[in-house]
Amino acid sequence: MEQKGWRDIPIGGMILEAGNAVEYLTGGWRAFRPIRGEAECIHCMQCWLFCPDSSILIDAENEEMAGFDLDHCKGCGICATICPVNAKVIKKAGEELERDDPRLCIRIVEEGKVEE
Amino acid sequence: MSKFEALQGNEAVATAMRQINPDVVAAYPITPQTSTVQKFADYVSDGLVDTDFVTVESEHSAMSACVGASAAGARVMTATSANGLALMWEIVYIAASNRCPIVMSLVNRALSAPINIHCDHSDVMGIRDSGWIILFSENGQEAYDNLFQAVRIGEHPDVLLPVAVCQDGFITSHGMERVEIFDDADVKAFVGEYCPQWPLLDLENPKTMGPLDFYDYYYEHKRQQVEAMENTQAVILEVAEEFNRKFDRNYGLFEPYRLEDAEVAVIAANSTAGTAKVVVDRLRDEGLKVGLLKPRVFRPFPAKELADALSHLKAVAVMDRSVSFGAMNNAGPLFLEMVAALTLHGVQVPVADYVYGLGGRDILPREIEQVYRDALKMAETGQAERLVTYLSVRE
Amino acid sequence: MAELIEIRWHGRGGQGVVTAGKLLAETAMGAGQYFQAFPDYGPERMGAPIRAFTRLSSKPITIHSQIDEPNVVLVLDPTLLGTVPVAEGLDEDGTLLVNTAMSPAQVREVTGFKTGKAFTVDASHIAIEEMGREITNTPMLGAFARATGIFKIEDLAEQLRAWFGKKISAEAIEANVRAMRRAAEEVQEG
Repeated sequence: MEQKGWRDIPIGGMILEAGNAVEYLTGGWRAFRPIRGEAECIHCMQCWLFCPDSSILIDAENEEMAGFDLDHCKGCGICATICPVNAKVIKKAGEELERDDPRLCIRIVEEGKVEE
Repeated sequence: MSKFEALQGNEAVATAMRQINPDVVAAYPITPQTSTVQKFADYVSDGLVDTDFVTVESEHSAMSACVGASAAGARVMTATSANGLALMWEIVYIAASNRCPIVMSLVNRALSAPINIHCDHSDVMGIRDSGWIILFSENGQEAYDNLFQAVRIGEHPDVLLPVAVCQDGFITSHGMERVEIFDDADVKAFVGEYCPQWPLLDLENPKTMGPLDFYDYYYEHKRQQVEAMENTQAVILEVAEEFNRKFDRNYGLFEPYRLEDAEVAVIAANSTAGTAKVVVDRLRDEGLKVGLLKPRVFRPFPAKELADALSHLKAVAVMDRSVSFGAMNNAGPLFLEMVAALTLHGVQVPVADYVYGLGGRDILPREIEQVYRDALKMAETGQAERLVTYLSVRE
Repeated sequence: MAELIEIRWHGRGGQGVVTAGKLLAETAMGAGQYFQAFPDYGPERMGAPIRAFTRLSSKPITIHSQIDEPNVVLVLDPTLLGTVPVAEGLDEDGTLLVNTAMSPAQVREVTGFKTGKAFTVDASHIAIEEMGREITNTPMLGAFARATGIFKIEDLAEQLRAWFGKKISAEAIEANVRAMRRAAEEVQEG
């Protein structure tokens, strides 16, 4: 992006285009990626509520969780931590599971190990 | 139609605030500003103003609330002194860099330690780099007049900077004098409505103020502040001209007193200038060609105009009511800036600094007279006997 | 009015010293004169010795230093004599006016003020009798008017009424005015 001179930018650092943070693609910061697993999503929207980067995609018409915005997701894993279905799966397994366990609803997988 | 009232400087300021009727005032009490805010609070509770008065728990919060309110799109005023100003220091810079045209009555008082509630200029000098426009006032009348002009100056689209209107703590803030108070309607017409260009409360156009800047843009934003300061002088003179037309009192960047045909001059700000005028008259009666230059606009510093006004003199004595510890010769800030201005504009005149009045130490006419006599000697010899003198300190 | 008259007041915090200075200033304004009234802020506590200053002039006053050599000194509290140098700096042909039961001669002895004019009036006594409280500022203003001739009692009384206005009862205001007149009559020179 070409850098602008002091005459061409709003004064005082004001940002006049609402929501333009979306132009800053932070997906490249990821070391881990959230991926849907086998457990069925109940569309409770907790992941959407807690995601600090507004990176949970929503299908508004059908009121469903529709995936992850990989252009902005920074891989913090909060979605997996908060997911109540994940909690149920872990409880049923009776033991600690790896973050990328396929039985989970939201799995956290190392970027380099993502199966395409 | 104006009328004359017996008012203390702080009461005159409170009256000005009432007539301006700002949207928001957020202030914390500190001697010697207290009576301004107390009196204004009375106006608020008596329903004489529409102002939202925010009672905060510290000066840091006061300025924070002011910045928030100003960003929202409100016309904002506040008042403080000394350590109150020091406590809000980080936000003072933020007010300027966020381009909030807040108007503050700064009642000059000495910074601690030791704790001192009396007048000196150490407080205002502490914010001279902050990006605020700074005006000095000789007395309550000037503080009153300067406040209306400050609103217009700060809010001007080419400026958009906060303005501090100074007056001496206790000496004029608590001194009762004859003050001309203008008609409410005339003041209202003069200050007009505040038309913020980018108010946060404009929900049709959502925006962000005060974000993060990296090393790739911070500098450009500072450059914008420089531009605003450069535009300010012309705006100050424009507003002063309009003020003069409406209210018949002339203000400029500074006030020359019997300066044109003087051989030596003293530079003194705020109330001391008034005392110096009496000394000038006395010495002129003796046939001595002395004059006074009273600074009004300290920021932006009118270097060229000052240099021009002083270029014909044979000696200049600057009186500083604060010290810049560790600066060259431990001089005062006014002296340091004056020397720079004179040198850079090729004015070769011997200059000496007289630090005085720290912590409210009184400055007497005979002491100022001595400064003039020193200056006359300086004019003869071509140099100062001592670059910096600390007047009336006990050795 | 003279070119410049400088007055220093001595009293204790809470005795209305500052108000007296202000009242005088308001009277001056009513008479089309220029004035300054300012206190000396030290320990702001009831009972602490305080000073206040007034300047009066027919011309605008720009001087802002404290008053070192007053033309008139008023002492509102008799207990200050002997503890505070009330006559310090007082002009040789100045006027000293003290609230006390002592005679002017005795006051001269205690303060060391040998020249000029000395006046005394028992303003405390007058205040207690007329107003029921020992607030001596108003009777002292009356004595001041008589002693210096700078203002007429009527002008001061008018300002007093305007100043107190609705703050105190009409009865209390008139008591103040009575005390003022009485002090003007009872003040002694010596």
